[in-house]
Amino acid sequence: MRHIISVRDLSKEEIETILDDAAAIQSGSYDPSALRGKLLGLLFFEPSTRTRMSFAAAMARLGGDFLSMDSVEASSMAKGETLADTIRVVSGYVDAIVLRHPKEGAARLASEFARVPVINAGDGAGQHPSQTLLDLFTIRQSMPLEGIHVGLLGDLRYGRTAHSLAHALSLYNVTIHTITPKGLELPAGLAGELRDAGTEVVEHDDISTCVRDLDVLYVTRIQRERFPDAASYFKVASSYRVTPELLSGTRDHFIVLHPLPRVDEIDPRVDSLPCARYFEQSANGIPVRMAMLLRVMG
Amino acid sequence: MTRKKDARDGLLISPIENGTVIDHITAGEALNVLRIIGITGTTTESISVATNVESKKMGTKDIVKIKNRELRKEEVDRIALIAPRASINIIRNYKVWEKKGVDIPDRVIGIVRCPNPGCISNTNEPIRSCFLVQKNGLRCLYCDWLITKDITSHII
Repeated sequence: MRHIISVRDLSKEEIETILDDAAAIQSGSYDPSALRGKLLGLLFFEPSTRTRMSFAAAMARLGGDFLSMDSVEASSMAKGETLADTIRVVSGYVDAIVLRHPKEGAARLASEFARVPVINAGDGAGQHPSQTLLDLFTIRQSMPLEGIHVGLLGDLRYGRTAHSLAHALSLYNVTIHTITPKGLELPAGLAGELRDAGTEVVEHDDISTCVRDLDVLYVTRIQRERFPDAASYFKVASSYRVTPELLSGTRDHFIVLHPLPRVDEIDPRVDSLPCARYFEQSANGIPVRMAMLLRVMG
Repeated sequence: MTRKKDARDGLLISPIENGTVIDHITAGEALNVLRIIGITGTTTESISVATNVESKKMGTKDIVKIKNRELRKEEVDRIALIAPRASINIIRNYKVWEKKGVDIPDRVIGIVRCPNPGCISNTNEPIRSCFLVQKNGLRCLYCDWLITKDITSHII
């Protein structure tokens, strides 16, 4: 039984295989009844639009069906049931589980109790492998992953998408530029680990000093919900904004990505620039998640 | 010519007939070693502890003697987390029956608490903490948190 819990569990070869499969799916090469008769359980203990809907759409496009649990209030968790018990029960109903949960490590725990494959759809500030795979997929549509300069802008302390992406990028010969407000730097442990893996990590506090050296700018939202209190959030909120003026003079193949939702960190005027790829990135969630579902259930 | 042992050197801890002697513990870690192997104030073993004993090899060291209990391999290996140079002597009839070092285990279960307050292992789920032992520290199996120093302060 194959779970997908963390990009740490995936080798470079496995990542490449999933990305190749996703590319084939995107070009129309897939069996629309490959998962007919299969049922996917969507367990979302945190709000989500893109991830939940794209997994549901991916399952439907492969001929399968899904059951959805969208809030803690509507589940037995509200009665005090443990996640372990919920997983044991639900894995008797479905053929695979997609889990979004506010606690870090929830998906790993789920994989220990489930009798069906588990896909991590984001756990707390931890891992979000399906997002990382679609991020890599989107970059690879524009340029090879090897040897590029990637800027990670925003909340790199709590941002799980940036953590997962940084780890996956460390499998390639990239340079990572971190651009963060004070206090939201990449956790020291992760930065050290990236350097140990041979990745050059360059720290910046101002995007304008490095944006012209980048091939990819990965913008993240400052996540209000991850801050311990409102005061610490407002201290850093609105501390950066990507504008067309900022992006003038960037490299020809330069692209801007964002896992979405955005608040005000990207000026809407950027949307019409050729480098803005965040909506394509979001749409890429379908073929990538179809490839993941086929991998665990096909 | 070797110096005849001076009575004033004395014996810090008397020999045991049967049991385990854990020698060459990093100075100051003896009580943590006891915690790691599950010996608390409520257990019944007869224990002798010597701390900051002079050692040619280590400068100073701690020693623990446990009467009538032979430690199992997995108990011993946990000690390596805080005392990698420790040696274990299994004593039978006042003689060293077996002498072994400690091997760092691949993972430690139920010994170290994850410092990440958002980690699922710190909730009421029916799991025990689990850390993978890596060259740069202990990594929480669940949330990936890496403990790189001061492991002792995270022992449950």
